[in-house]
Amino acid sequence: MTSQSAGPLPVNSTAPDFSLPKGDGQLGADPSTFWHLADERGKNVILAFYPADWSPVCGSQIALYNELIPTFAEYNAEVIGISVDGTFCHKAFKEHNNLSIELLCDFEPKGKTAKLYSAYNEQLGLCERAIYVIDAQGIIRYSYISPMGVNPGAKEILETLQEIQHA
Amino acid sequence: MLSRYYSLSQPVTSDDHSQGPDNAPVTLVEYADYQCPYCGQAHPIVKQIQAHFGDSLRFVFRNFPLAQMHVHALKAAEAAEIAREYGKFWAMHDLLYEHQDRLDRTSLLGYARQLGIDESEFARKLDADEKADRIKEEFMGGVNSGVNGTPSFFINGVKYENSWDYESLKEAIALSSGSR
Repeated sequence: MTSQSAGPLPVNSTAPDFSLPKGDGQLGADPSTFWHLADERGKNVILAFYPADWSPVCGSQIALYNELIPTFAEYNAEVIGISVDGTFCHKAFKEHNNLSIELLCDFEPKGKTAKLYSAYNEQLGLCERAIYVIDAQGIIRYSYISPMGVNPGAKEILETLQEIQHA
Repeated sequence: MLSRYYSLSQPVTSDDHSQGPDNAPVTLVEYADYQCPYCGQAHPIVKQIQAHFGDSLRFVFRNFPLAQMHVHALKAAEAAEIAREYGKFWAMHDLLYEHQDRLDRTSLLGYARQLGIDESEFARKLDADEKADRIKEEFMGGVNSGVNGTPSFFINGVKYENSWDYESLKEAIALSSGSR
């Protein structure tokens, strides 16, 4: 058994702000190489923390979310993957699988953002498989930590986006 | 932590691709992608399962192409849907899985020809994306049923979360049929 975090941040709380380097193989301090949550206000954001780029479960989870990018867009939502992998690792993973999904690097200090979201597994040094749906006002509307080996799919994400749309 | 419980959001209907009697005690639904290597591995296992259970099993295939990652998956799924109009769905389905490394347009036209389908008519339908909406609907029905990757199986409407090797799948189906 691996140690598991106490559970995700609660629904209706404010999503902690963060900024992380994008996974497209660019290094440097230029702001364009970073993704900043606060810049996304006005849009729904799905944060998918996942353990590692090349593991089979992660691969199918990220591929599924990548496939759903146009569907999420219909709900004014964008999906972001976050792992402790570095930018060149993300870039290779994306290219290998023909993915366009934005993947962020919680690489240095390692797991800092995952810890903010109660989604870091200290024992393994990896992100938990955690999902957050954050609304256009920056409020968490859905949060879930899946067992590490279980791909949580997208059913609950879509249900949450539908709820937000109909609210 | 236990995984969550998922069931089919879209019940099986006469519009589905199915093999085996409608009143079979067990219905096995598979969501899959013709270009997915794991689905390719599952294909002969499903055949073995069908042979084992005979008329006690109804098998239903639904499309779940990850079309961004697998560039030929959508057109391959369309090819099988078009073949259905000529009564050749399952024949095309088998050909696609038996030739997962050759799913480009030229190969798909070749399979149509091999099955005695008018090639130019088939090509016109393929290029017109005639079946894309149906496939998208099946895909979203899968997402809404908790399909998270391929292949995903449902046994009598309940998502099967364990390994899909022959023995495991056989045991789970036998348990559901309640008869052996």
